[in-house]
Amino acid sequence: MSSGVAEPQNAWAKGRSRVWLYFSHVFTILEMEVWKLRKDPSELIMRGIQPALWLLVFGQAFSRFRVLPSGNVSYKAFLTPGILAQSVTFISIFYGISIIWERDMGLLQKVATTPIRKSALALGKMLSASVRSLGQAIIIILLALILGIHMNFGVGAVAGVLLMVILGGAFFSGLSMVIAAIVRTRERMMGIGQLITMPLFFSSNALYPMSVMPVWLKVIATINPMSYLVDGLRGLLIATPDAHFGLDVLVLVAAGLVVLGLNTVLYPRILSG
Amino acid sequence: MSEVTVRVSHVSKRFGDVHAVRDVSFEVSAGECFGLLGPNGAGKSTTLKMLTTLLRSDEGEIEIAGRALAKEPTRIRECIGYVPQMLSVDGNLTGYENLLIFAKLYGLRRREREERIIEILEMTGLEEAADRLVKTYSGGMIRKLEIGQAILHHPKVLFLDEPTVGLDPVARKGVWEHIERLQHEQNMTILLTTHYMEEAESLCTRIAIMSRGQIAALGTAAELREQMGNPDATMDDVFTHYAGKFDNQEGGMKSVFRSRRTAKRLG
Ligand SMILES: Nc1ncnc2c1ncn2[C@@H]1O[C@H](COP(=O)(O)OP(=O)(O)O)[C@@H](O)[C@H]1O
Ligand SMILES: [Mg+2]
Repeated sequence: MSSGVAEPQNAWAKGRSRVWLYFSHVFTILEMEVWKLRKDPSELIMRGIQPALWLLVFGQAFSRFRVLPSGNVSYKAFLTPGILAQSVTFISIFYGISIIWERDMGLLQKVATTPIRKSALALGKMLSASVRSLGQAIIIILLALILGIHMNFGVGAVAGVLLMVILGGAFFSGLSMVIAAIVRTRERMMGIGQLITMPLFFSSNALYPMSVMPVWLKVIATINPMSYLVDGLRGLLIATPDAHFGLDVLVLVAAGLVVLGLNTVLYPRILSG
Repeated sequence: MSEVTVRVSHVSKRFGDVHAVRDVSFEVSAGECFGLLGPNGAGKSTTLKMLTTLLRSDEGEIEIAGRALAKEPTRIRECIGYVPQMLSVDGNLTGYENLLIFAKLYGLRRREREERIIEILEMTGLEEAADRLVKTYSGGMIRKLEIGQAILHHPKVLFLDEPTVGLDPVARKGVWEHIERLQHEQNMTILLTTHYMEEAESLCTRIAIMSRGQIAALGTAAELREQMGNPDATMDDVFTHYAGKFDNQEGGMKSVFRSRRTAKRLG
């Protein structure tokens, strides 16, 4: 054999902890996504258009009518975190399609024959989707600045926003991967994605505060994970007095771990065409 | 006799009603290039997927490099390389990046990584194209890159699923030469599948002809001719003779669709 033949087993045993290797694998999957986005950011920018329209048209109209109580801030400021959450959710809920695409291509199978752990692959993919969501967050924050929407843009608040976006993106893309593993085809995945996005959005507190909801909707909004994303973002950006940042983070982390676990279990299902 | 690197005993796999692989047994020795030859739908890919831990077999045992696959799948993944029938590189990354990602997944250290990637690029003749996006590569270049990815970590066995499907004759020859070099210069153990008889004959030390999920015949090309009772038979005759053994009616619409789709992507 050629020079530098390394017995793989030895290299593995040599003092490198499994934990280190696990996270280096997660990071490698993430890195792959970042390299691709850097080469072709057009998709990210295109996806910024829809939230921009929401803010400009919907936000403008509703702040004029003053139909929704938004407390002592402008409706546009109230709406911005909701639109950010919406855009994170929508971008992530279709992430399963790209997983199915990679499966159909063969790339996913090849990755799965390397020593990477199933959960490291799933976590890496979930965080890859979060990176896309981060792009959205930056676009929307810039837009809000340009539109002169008065919000809290302090370093701490923005850092918190980015954390929430990562958690939300990871959860919803993980959910999407679970759906992908169950339905297996791009067409069905597309259909289900379209079916759940709107109900998810309208049954959350993205457009209106919980206080104006009828009881049945309040119940749904409470179990809708998107509400926690909105609540966390709103608390950070417009300092709503009744926000529960700690609880929001906790709920999203817990929900994220549940879908990570499900993906680890379902992983053979997504691999078999 | 040299040591056995792959041992497959009485392995079966069903997909619902389809008995994709039934009671398959064979052994591959170190340094050998073993070919699974058979028409579309014969069960070649399914066999390879079980050997690479992607699919779990319903019955039977598999041993690779002395380890039981059912017990130590992660350990086995450390010492195998696999090139699926479908496309397994990312067109939106460069050749170098595609190699780097896999070097990291295989757990190579930084220094080792750089040296090894340069080595692979030289071996595959892709040095000049290394910084180009893979979607600008030809089918033959992509196949070589895919094989390069799969041998970064010096695997004990390399599994190639239809390595030349969908390639034009010139690219096919290039890939053959590449596989021959791996075998002769690096003494690599290779298990490949193909439905081209001449490919199996020119590359493989031994051939197993698969038909309808079963092994219809096994041996060197010469032995297969002899077993047929006609030493002058062409490989075509041999293939037709054995592939028909289990009354094969080709792979059906689904497998034809699958292999054409692959061919289109690679072409
Ligand atoms: N994931 C799957 N689900 C259902 N049937 C499958 C699946 N994979 C393969 N098959 C079927 O199993 C048989 C063998 O397929 P395969 O191993 O791909 O054959 P080959 O690689 O020799 O062309 C075919 O009839 C094929 O349709
Ligand atoms: Mg096949």
